[in-house]
Amino acid sequence: MSHRPIAGPDAQPAHFAFSAENLEKANTHIAKYPAGKQASAVMPLLDLAQRQEGWLTQAAVRVIGDMLQMPYIRVWEVATFYTMYNLAPAGEHRVQVCTTTPCWLRGSDKIVSACKKTLGIGLGDVTADGKFGLTEVECLGACVNAPMVQINDDFYEDLTEESMTAILEALQRGESPKPGPQTGRTSSEPLGGLTSLTTLDAGAGDD
Amino acid sequence: MPTLTVDGIQVTVEPGSTVLQACEAAGKEIPRFCYHERLSIAGNCRMCLVEQEKAPKPIASCAMPAADNMVIKTDTPLVKKARKGVMEFLLINHPLDCPICDQGGECDLQDQAVGYGLDHSRYDENKRAVQDKYMGPLIKTIMTRCIHCTRCVRFAAEVAGTPEIGAVFRGEDMQITTYLEHAVTTEMAGNLVDVCPVGALTSAPYAFHARPWELRKTESVDAMDAVGSNIRVDARGTEVMRVLPRTNDNVNEEWINDKTRYAVDGLKRRRLDRPYVRRDGRLQPASWEEALQTVAARIQGLKGDEIAAIAGDLACVESMAALKDLFGTLGSANLDCRQDGSRIDPAQRAGWLFNSTIAGIEQADAILLIGTNPRHEATLVNTRLRKRYLHGNVAIALVGEGVDLTYPYEHLGNDAALVQAIADGSHPFAATLKNAQRPMLIIGQAALTRPDGAALQAAARALADNCGLVKDGWNGFNVLHDAAARVGGLEIGFVPGEGGRDVAGILDGARSGAVKLVYLLGADEIDTAGLGEAFVVYQGSHGDKGAHRADVVLPGAAYTEKDAIWVNLEGRVQLGRRAAPPPGEAREDWAIIRALSGAVGQVLPYDDQRSLRRRILEIAPHLAAVDQVTPAAWTPFGTAGQVAATPFTPRFADFWLTNPIARASATMAKLSAMFGKKGEEKATGTHG
Repeated sequence: MSHRPIAGPDAQPAHFAFSAENLEKANTHIAKYPAGKQASAVMPLLDLAQRQEGWLTQAAVRVIGDMLQMPYIRVWEVATFYTMYNLAPAGEHRVQVCTTTPCWLRGSDKIVSACKKTLGIGLGDVTADGKFGLTEVECLGACVNAPMVQINDDFYEDLTEESMTAILEALQRGESPKPGPQTGRTSSEPLGGLTSLTTLDAGAGDD
Repeated sequence: MPTLTVDGIQVTVEPGSTVLQACEAAGKEIPRFCYHERLSIAGNCRMCLVEQEKAPKPIASCAMPAADNMVIKTDTPLVKKARKGVMEFLLINHPLDCPICDQGGECDLQDQAVGYGLDHSRYDENKRAVQDKYMGPLIKTIMTRCIHCTRCVRFAAEVAGTPEIGAVFRGEDMQITTYLEHAVTTEMAGNLVDVCPVGALTSAPYAFHARPWELRKTESVDAMDAVGSNIRVDARGTEVMRVLPRTNDNVNEEWINDKTRYAVDGLKRRRLDRPYVRRDGRLQPASWEEALQTVAARIQGLKGDEIAAIAGDLACVESMAALKDLFGTLGSANLDCRQDGSRIDPAQRAGWLFNSTIAGIEQADAILLIGTNPRHEATLVNTRLRKRYLHGNVAIALVGEGVDLTYPYEHLGNDAALVQAIADGSHPFAATLKNAQRPMLIIGQAALTRPDGAALQAAARALADNCGLVKDGWNGFNVLHDAAARVGGLEIGFVPGEGGRDVAGILDGARSGAVKLVYLLGADEIDTAGLGEAFVVYQGSHGDKGAHRADVVLPGAAYTEKDAIWVNLEGRVQLGRRAAPPPGEAREDWAIIRALSGAVGQVLPYDDQRSLRRRILEIAPHLAAVDQVTPAAWTPFGTAGQVAATPFTPRFADFWLTNPIARASATMAKLSAMFGKKGEEKATGTHG
């Protein structure tokens, strides 16, 4: 059973408004759908609002409901259905650790404990300064590079306790660590180097 | 029309029917939770599974369109087993709290578990627990019992037109709630309790008051508005415990509004349970003998034109007929049943009926509302209008105060002069009406009670004639009444006779001293301060404004306490039945008037209700057609005049407090405080 944190009334800002840039994007999304079907744009708009604020506020839900002429409960149904909408502040860097079987077999427990130790918070928590949030998630589809985490929109793969700690410390310093495999391999190439297609034969298959 | 076989029985059903409807046509009962005839199909409870030949697995009959040559089986071992499986899953998270559940005894889940439930549970994990939600003062929620059928969600969105309930989160975490737990802002909230197949939504005012098997059920008619909703009054001993809707597709389908359902606690408060006579400036208890003699002594000294009678909103046809006869023998023509001062022309039935009938709304394709807010004045008529809107292809326009009617409409403006503009064709909406097959107009009492009400009625009549609202088999001229007594009073002619005074005339007369005795038959919505020095007799059920001013109080019966004839706004004659006795020494209203006639020495010629009803049929023979509407001939009515170019004012200061019973109701007081004067949300549970 998932327990999704929802910000209480005291934590909710009173107002929300799309920035000029996001408003333009929102209108582009709305324009994709025929007149009277603008409710179809609800998911991209919720995502825009979340990206703007860091999480999805009730004020944003109402603004989007008004923009799309949807009853608020209909917007709220969508927002609560999908777990990737954060209904409470989730941290500037939202660390999502995959703990599903392949990652777990490859040592995701150690990754979780490295995160807990470095950030000083438990799963489902947000650091006091609001910089980091830590959550456990189901498979993110990068099993070939297990274990892995997703931080905001980036995948960090082939992790060890050390590389995980280094990534988090780099983020704490305000740097932008390089996403992708942390062992130096490209994408999901074999760890020991390529075993086939080692040379590029431009003429192969010409006949 | 598809023909299919259900358990070997051949049935032919309407195109577009579902397999479930075909099974019912074949006389097979299909268990269901999410399916409801008057709501859209959800198909999520899976209880209605049946076997279809050549289908690989059981099908949900509620969501499967019936097709030609289908072979359906409803009683095979496979079907039984499938339904048992569904039931087992439904019961996994359903608490075993039937003994403390208000739905117990009338619960779909309980009933169907008898047929399809296992005798034990194979589930030994923890059951799911869900926090209760706030949905307003009428709905008590116990959300752990919810089986997620989404009937309430669909009812709120489709029938009530207030899409405020939804299912948030997903899977096992799914919960039914309103947005941020605001109260639902519909006047139809009580129906949520009816559509809920389990005990998740129950009636808050009725919580833990009674069990269904303790109640004596009486089929009756509502008197809270002029729709005449068919109701079932459930009483225990002498106390009315609750009111539920009865199905009548011509009137209320199977819904009732919250005032009909929840104002009944007003039947127990502020009741007049014994006669009172004013002595030394104070109303003091008296015997019936004394009270009647006091009235009789007064009446005997007066001439016919010095006495007058006004009937209120809750008077039944019998009491008005008896009072009319009594005043007739006393030589008085000062009678009026239009206590709101309506200028409606009482001479012609077509001029004051809802001629299209409520069910007829579904045929209309252009609808003009004039000076009315049907959502408050006749909620179930508004529900029909919304149903018509949902069906599509209809032009709805409003001349009057722009309010939320739960469906979109073209707001032509709030100016009475627009009615004349449409009537003479200078307004573009006239063309819409002319081009429609079944155009109709609905004129409300906010228009007819204006000083220029008679002219407005005439203008509406001209509009009906000019725009082709009346044609073969169709009469699109409709007056929307909002008082249960009004149409009945007009039918039997409880209106000023020749040279008689109307309500305004009676009040003027009382002020000037020309009228010396005023008989109020449950009339509380008049300006009682304007009764001057007149001797006031109040006959009614509640100690409201009228009784306050009275010199003699004669305690009568409320609508649940007497057998009575009610005529609804269509002119439909319906019988109300006695569900409980009147309190204390209170008596049925016609009997009081009959007793008074004896005291004044003008004994009315009926000794029982049967003979009184025979007399009523002499006055208005068409009232013999019970449950029917006798159509009115399109005869001339109205007095043309100048319509003032002024806006219409709202009909009710407060929808929840429109009559003495509602004003005595604690539940109505709560709703009034919460939803404010116009029924708009002022405060909600989240604001404490």
